[in-house]
Amino acid sequence: MSKLTKGIHLRIRLVLTVIALFSGVLIAPVAAQAPLDPNAAAVSERQLLQQHYLIEGRGTIADTRSYVLEQPLGRVWRLIQAVWMRWIGAAAILITIAIFAVLYFTVGPIRFAAPRSGRMVLLFTAFERVLHWLLAVSFVILAVTGLNITFGRGLLLPLIGAEAFSRWSEAGKYVHDYSSLAFTFGVAILFLLWVKDFAPTRVDIEWFKQGGGMIAGKHPAADRFNGGQKILFWLAILGTIGVTVSGVFLLFPFYWTNVMGMQVAQIAHALIAVAFVATMIAHVYIAAVGMEGGWGAMASGWVDLNWAKQHHSLWVEREFGEGRDATPLAGGTPPT
Amino acid sequence: MARMKFLCDADRCIECNACVTSCKNENEVPWGVNRRRVVTLNDGEPGERSVSMACMHCTDAPCAAVCPVNCFYTTDDGVVLHNKDLCIGCGYCFYACPFGAPQYPHTGNFGSRGKMDKCTFCAGGPEPEGTPGEYEKYGANRLAEGKLPICAEVCSTRALLAGDGDIVEQIYQDRVAQRGYGSGAWGWQAAYNDSVETAPRRGD
Repeated sequence: MSKLTKGIHLRIRLVLTVIALFSGVLIAPVAAQAPLDPNAAAVSERQLLQQHYLIEGRGTIADTRSYVLEQPLGRVWRLIQAVWMRWIGAAAILITIAIFAVLYFTVGPIRFAAPRSGRMVLLFTAFERVLHWLLAVSFVILAVTGLNITFGRGLLLPLIGAEAFSRWSEAGKYVHDYSSLAFTFGVAILFLLWVKDFAPTRVDIEWFKQGGGMIAGKHPAADRFNGGQKILFWLAILGTIGVTVSGVFLLFPFYWTNVMGMQVAQIAHALIAVAFVATMIAHVYIAAVGMEGGWGAMASGWVDLNWAKQHHSLWVEREFGEGRDATPLAGGTPPT
Repeated sequence: MARMKFLCDADRCIECNACVTSCKNENEVPWGVNRRRVVTLNDGEPGERSVSMACMHCTDAPCAAVCPVNCFYTTDDGVVLHNKDLCIGCGYCFYACPFGAPQYPHTGNFGSRGKMDKCTFCAGGPEPEGTPGEYEKYGANRLAEGKLPICAEVCSTRALLAGDGDIVEQIYQDRVAQRGYGSGAWGWQAAYNDSVETAPRRGD
């Protein structure tokens, strides 16, 4: 290799080195000057909505509920409240009525099996009856004013007009709130009064096996309350606990929960309430329509001894058994 | 008719709360009621953003759908208003609203919230335009006077835009294209089932 070519080679290497050095010097500031993006760390609405049910931040006013910027779940609640609840509520009530209408026209009411004895016995004391009818009246008020919130806008508003419907609904709201007290405390007293009579026993299983007296000719044994009544009692207790717990959340809005909790409380209240209404429709049919003598038992408290033997044989046995006269349980005289 | 919308540019909002105070003043809003509020997200952290929020005057408004007495209505301008004479103060609109817009004068229990109050887009209420009765119940009717909502008018950084939805959207899109970034139109997805397409970030 000649000296000349060696020199050219050296020069080329030098130039390449210099270019490499300069390019390094040049490239570094270019990288540092990459466009500043003030949005790089910024919160994104889409991302927040994917991660959280509600977007919450900090506010400057006392109302901490206002720190929730967005709660898209309101759309879900709206769907349940404005669409599903109407279907669920209507179905629960109409199907229950339909079932008992079919029962009435096929099986029919349970008639007196034996002729009346003429001897009356006291099945429900005056206190029990007053309590029962207090609960009945307050339940009907609660049911009507409650159903009005779900169904009134579609059914009643077009009939009576916006102004009258608003006045009625506002009054209904207050009446609902206050009659709930009568109902809840009434059920609490009823529970304490009757709980010992409503404990499930083996007799109840046999009672259900025999169709609860709906099958003609069969009169299954029962104590003061039969298996069906016990089911009703415990459903009513559960229903009352359900509407009371959810109702307290609604009566004291946002005291213990945020907007999601309020939505859950409202849905729970509405669902339990329509189930409760359906249960009570069943109760009214079975006790007052589907069974001869049932109405009188709760109206006057007195029932014919033979009716009592048919429906509550064990109770009659215990209270008015061998060697005992069919004298009234408590004081008072049977109505004439 | 224009379809009125709000758009808060979170990259411009400096959380000065002028929109909140001017709204309270313009509409003589009672104590405890805030038709508009500013919420700061990631407060004190990199990427902190503030959003001024009020009723977004939704398309197919959830409040109107759940109201048991049907007291809401939408004006020709797309503004969602309600009739306080019909409102029973049940609070359902607050549960349905994606933005926490409905407000109640009382925090009382046993259903005593009082008549609901919310942003009217400075468009008054169902009473005859410009009457004292309208002002007392619903506040100013600036729209009837040819003016836009006071909150957007006083916004010093022009973060809060109010007006014809298409124009507002265009202003925001131009802005984002020019400066190269934008965190989007907050609430538009929930309110109008629409997101504002913005130019991609520089460098993407």
